[in-house]
Amino acid sequence: MSQPRALLADVVPFSWVDGPGNRFAVFFQGCNLDCLACHNPHTMPQLTGRAREVTVDELVADVRRVAPFLSGVTVSGGEATLQASFVAAFFQTLHDDPATAALTRYVDSNGCADAATWDMLLPVTDGVMLDLKALDCETHLALTHHSNAPVLMSLHHLAAAGKLAEVRLLIVPGYNDGEDALRDTGDYLAEHAPGVPVRIIGFRPHGVRAAARDIPEPTTEDREHYAEWVASAVGAELVSIV
Amino acid sequence: METSEFRLRARALVDSPALTYRQRVQALAGLAEEALDPPRVSEECAAALASGLVNDLAEGNAPYRPRYLLPDYATALAHGSEFLGLEVPHDLYEAVAFLLSMYSQVPSITGYPVYIGDIDRLLEPYAVGVDDETLLKLMRLMWVTIDRSLPDAFTHANLGPDDSRVGRTILALERELLQTVPNLTLRVDVERTPDDLVLDAVRTVFACGKPHFVNHAMMTADLGDDYGVVSCYNSLKVGGGSHTLVRLNLAESVRRSEGGLDDWLQTVLPHHVELTAELMSARITSLVEQARFFDHSWLAEEGLVHLDRMSAMFGIFGLAEAVNELVARSGSVGRYGTDAAATALGWHVVERISELVAATPLPHCEGNGGHAFLHSQSGIDSDLGVTAGTRIPIGEEPPLLEHLLAVAPNHRFFASGVSDIVHFDETAQRNPRAVVDVIRGAMSSGMRDVTFNLDSNDFIRITGYLVRKSDLAKLAATGAARHGSDVLAAGSVANSRVTDRVVKRVISCESTPRPAG
Repeated sequence: MSQPRALLADVVPFSWVDGPGNRFAVFFQGCNLDCLACHNPHTMPQLTGRAREVTVDELVADVRRVAPFLSGVTVSGGEATLQASFVAAFFQTLHDDPATAALTRYVDSNGCADAATWDMLLPVTDGVMLDLKALDCETHLALTHHSNAPVLMSLHHLAAAGKLAEVRLLIVPGYNDGEDALRDTGDYLAEHAPGVPVRIIGFRPHGVRAAARDIPEPTTEDREHYAEWVASAVGAELVSIV
Repeated sequence: METSEFRLRARALVDSPALTYRQRVQALAGLAEEALDPPRVSEECAAALASGLVNDLAEGNAPYRPRYLLPDYATALAHGSEFLGLEVPHDLYEAVAFLLSMYSQVPSITGYPVYIGDIDRLLEPYAVGVDDETLLKLMRLMWVTIDRSLPDAFTHANLGPDDSRVGRTILALERELLQTVPNLTLRVDVERTPDDLVLDAVRTVFACGKPHFVNHAMMTADLGDDYGVVSCYNSLKVGGGSHTLVRLNLAESVRRSEGGLDDWLQTVLPHHVELTAELMSARITSLVEQARFFDHSWLAEEGLVHLDRMSAMFGIFGLAEAVNELVARSGSVGRYGTDAAATALGWHVVERISELVAATPLPHCEGNGGHAFLHSQSGIDSDLGVTAGTRIPIGEEPPLLEHLLAVAPNHRFFASGVSDIVHFDETAQRNPRAVVDVIRGAMSSGMRDVTFNLDSNDFIRITGYLVRKSDLAKLAATGAARHGSDVLAAGSVANSRVTDRVVKRVISCESTPRPAG
């Protein structure tokens, strides 16, 4: 029987920024959003000569080699859920293999996945780190060219399942950095994702496409304000700044 | 040395505005030792020493104390000391005072104790029933006193592998006091040491570059349960130590061979190992049989050090340059640390040296069955163009995982210590758990010693010891330093690009043309 294959943009055996502890991070090729502020725009297209194809067994073998150094594995992208059946098989194999069974399995997602996709992944997933580009739909459209309805549905679904590990707010000055909008976001998260950590990430021009290069980078003080506004409802202990 | 030269140099030391009183006394003692003839060796051995093929780290011409001594502090606390005129301590106050008194009477190559004990294991029994506030206050006084009275960053304390109130208190104090003294090691047993203790230690590294982490299971397998990590990364038996540390420059050794790999491994290298051992043997004999240290040291008389737990350290350095030269001679281009074949050749060389050293008998080394312990010597401040120990050269280090996997296979051969310093940026500070993962993974992969340097704090690890960048700046401005180790560090910074390290990991050289290492 032929194994499922995935198209990967990159693999990082040690990542300290993709979830708790030291993690093996897999970046899938292809994304279903078109974010202005994306710092890895080359991972967006579904088809590109730069991506490489792997099987589950090949990828698991790479994880096994470094498993003693890891807290877990994170799939990211691009958008990993676009290749959900591969991710499910990858996570199931990690779970079944004694050498990798102790590793936690996380998904880093833009949230554009339906309930059936999550239902396939969640039994073998320990947590999902979800990006919420904007609570306001118009702003979300401006930033991503897509509605945020599926993202909010994912947020509800994951929170109800107890698998929402973190919500990430990428703040792009001039778009989603308003005080009212961030206070509303805080209220929303406090109600619909209580107790879930929130990470405030300031926009960085590094790696972005030309259209976003002139957007200013928020200062440390700006980021502290963002965090404060979100924290007013969520609670300061749950909010961190990158 | 002519008398006139001796007089001139003595006068310069006496008048030196840059030295404290105690530094003058020590320098004058060194000068007096230099006026004596060195232990007698063959002409060829003397030439090897003079040319730098073999290097004794300028331990001095007339050995009169072992390089590293690890007194059995637990026995001293249990029995009291006639020499010190101290009864058995009964509470934490008396125990702390006992140890501080004892430290003042423990010699080593630096003039200060290089080992001040497994502090948590020694003091935890006395801390029972002592409230947290009192414990913190007393340990703070002890730690401040150690830094002020033993101003030398080679002075080294050990913690772990078990959790304890004393250990946690010391980690908290390290973060508060930000002292370079004492140097600190946490023993980590991957099966036994709680993650939370390692995490606390990692957070302490972020604050002050300490502690250094050692693989407890590997250490006990090689040295037994009673071992200590002293000075920089030197692991030795408690109640014993190392008479001397002499090192062989592998890069220079290869340069002196004309043939290929086999010729070097089978003919040249064994001869150079012999020359190194000859110098070690002469120095050990001089210390034990002429200066007769063990016949009249109070530590030996009171059973706190034993000649039969002593050994010596056979150091090597410049493996990277040696391998690169051998590879180039074979017509290839790979380099140690980044090319798989070259790196594997490095492992093979280390294994070969290990066999040679294990087959070379040395006097008064019963602590290791009559042989030296092999040591990956991490450099001194005057080393130029040759990489410390078995490290990958500065600037050539591969990414973290590849770096660890490249050096880990060497570690099992170095019972008395090896250092590969890993340098992190502040990404680590937002995810300290990741550092704990790396430590555990490194140890599971066979690494004996794991040391971190962080770019964003005031501390810099020179070889295995620490200095503060602000103290170096002060030394540059005023020419004077309270810590003797700062002076050595300034030389390392000037000579070996210690502060220009590629962010990710650090290399350097252990220091000193004088003491320690």
